[in-house]
Amino acid sequence: MKMSDLRTELKRSIIEQLNLEELEVDDIANDEPLFGDGLGLDSIDALELIVLLEKDYGIKLEEPEQGKKIFVSIDKMAEYIEAHRTK
Amino acid sequence: MKKVYLLDDTIISPLGFSTLENISSVKNQISGLKFQKNKRFKSGGFYVGIIEEERLKEAFSEIGDPDKFTKLEQMMLLALHPIVSNIPNLNNIPLIISTTKGNIDLLQNNSAFPESRVYLSELAKVISNFYGFKNEPIVVSNACISGGLAMAVAKRFIASGKFENAIVVGGDLVSDFVISGFQSLQAISENACKPFSKDRSGISLGEGAAALLLSSQPKWNVKNITLTGVATTNDANHIAGPSRTGEGLYKSIQKALGEAEISAEMIDYISAHGTATRYNDEMEAIAFNRAGLQEVPLNSIKGYYGHTLGASALIESIITKHSLLNNELYKTLNFEGYDLSKPLNIIEENEERNLKYALKTASGFGGCNLAMIFKKEENGS
Amino acid sequence: MDLKITDSVHIKNQKIFHGKEMIFSAKPSADIIQFLKQAYKYLNVSYPKFHKMDGLSKLGILGTEVLFQNRTIHPETALIFSNSSSSLETDKLHIEAMGDIVSPAVFVYTLPNIIVGEISIKNGLLSENVFFVTDKFNAGLLLDYSEILMEDSDVPAVVCAWIEWKNADYDVFLCLISRKGNLAFNKENLEELYHFENE
Repeated sequence: MKMSDLRTELKRSIIEQLNLEELEVDDIANDEPLFGDGLGLDSIDALELIVLLEKDYGIKLEEPEQGKKIFVSIDKMAEYIEAHRTK
Repeated sequence: MKKVYLLDDTIISPLGFSTLENISSVKNQISGLKFQKNKRFKSGGFYVGIIEEERLKEAFSEIGDPDKFTKLEQMMLLALHPIVSNIPNLNNIPLIISTTKGNIDLLQNNSAFPESRVYLSELAKVISNFYGFKNEPIVVSNACISGGLAMAVAKRFIASGKFENAIVVGGDLVSDFVISGFQSLQAISENACKPFSKDRSGISLGEGAAALLLSSQPKWNVKNITLTGVATTNDANHIAGPSRTGEGLYKSIQKALGEAEISAEMIDYISAHGTATRYNDEMEAIAFNRAGLQEVPLNSIKGYYGHTLGASALIESIITKHSLLNNELYKTLNFEGYDLSKPLNIIEENEERNLKYALKTASGFGGCNLAMIFKKEENGS
Repeated sequence: MDLKITDSVHIKNQKIFHGKEMIFSAKPSADIIQFLKQAYKYLNVSYPKFHKMDGLSKLGILGTEVLFQNRTIHPETALIFSNSSSSLETDKLHIEAMGDIVSPAVFVYTLPNIIVGEISIKNGLLSENVFFVTDKFNAGLLLDYSEILMEDSDVPAVVCAWIEWKNADYDVFLCLISRKGNLAFNKENLEELYHFENE
């Protein structure tokens, strides 16, 4: 899958999984921080992203703490998924 | 406003089927948390407090047919039994039930019980009808403060003169529903929970039930415990994490102290919520410091029982009550090493001490917080 | 103490009533999801967190949006909420997920008092809360507990509510209780208001 397709797919999944109904795919920049000021996601969203990794890409994190480094931005997430996906 | 006395009580838990047995176990540092295999955990299992079904059935058979009542109902009915047996007439005695998930296990098992039993209002009817309570039962379902909030509701009804007496019964199960949920929140510790400890890594779950009679009349010629101040305050911060400034808990403590007409210096002992999650224990340390309570001997009872959810604040209040009566402080089981941002005076060994006032706190999902002040009254007052 | 039912809101059968006046109506065929979305837009709620909530919390938020509009709500306004089915509809969603991968965002809503938490967060209410589960709407209980809080605990105002979501059907009733207004806060008036439009 092309990297740009993965990023788009990821954005769609995140919007759906996290119920970000007022956002479109184009509203999320690839390098925008997902947490903090960016999309304003919170701790429950972080746990949902861990679920998303497993459900959609078959990646099970050993430690939930790893999430902090992976969920920095769409770019970082896509890189991690490309490297570790089993689906 | 009338004084509200805490009279007869019972605890049904892995540590015993009476308050006496439970206090004795706690005093002897016996924990109800045992390792149990469970595929949801990396290590293959977790530490949990489970009431053995066979033992429960055997005890329940003395008062009813175990096939006709769910596990939780048997626990609650057993808790009520010694209390109700001493009351000739249940007219005008409201029954207030506290639980978070009730018979939730019925939704998954192919069980002999109709699905309607899952409704908390149905559970309430079953419990109430068994003993013939005449008033409509009330269920308080308010996350982990439910057990104490039910006491607060009873206290408020009695103090206002609406009722002379009220009975509170609380209980919750360890169900797959709850295990799977807390696991998804990364909230369960693989080892037995370590409240207020440096290496604390989450809760241990436990099941239990308890019952308590509250009354406007004291017992004569003995020391009585009254519930002299209660308050709840929401954090208005996050539904699944406590306020970083302990706002709701701090305000609840201040209001409860105000209602009890005492100052923080008069508190001799704190029975904290102490679930052993990273966030809860830190929040409590902050709130207690804001209230000037950092020197007061403090424990969490959760090392003995785990977190019993809708029963926790009730079971722990009963332990607090007997702590006051016995002038005994019980150690915070599993406590090891302190690194919270604010200091607390953790009870690390059992101790005898003259106690008069205790503060019991609880917090829960939805940003709820509860503070209760207990007072040991002089003989006959 | 002279307590009044200052205002009330009903949400049922795809309609929203403010007092006795219908202020919004979706198509009769609208299911709860469509109804909630349309009402959210119509009321200009503008609160993205809304979309993460479960049905119960969404119903509670919409109800208080209407109840609180054009007035200042004291941050110590107590919330005395009730229903008969707790969070059962959301519980069922969690059980479904348990067969696959559990969603933490669903699990956190499997407690009825979360409605009260969400309302507190949105409106900055640091106040007394309680969630009662009763067989049916219990005006006496809501009345007694509200009176006790306002008389004995210095609570300035109360919202008492019935927020029910059962088998895809919803029945929502909220009242603002304070010292302002003309309608006396008593059992008869509370019941009459609740049953209005429930016929």
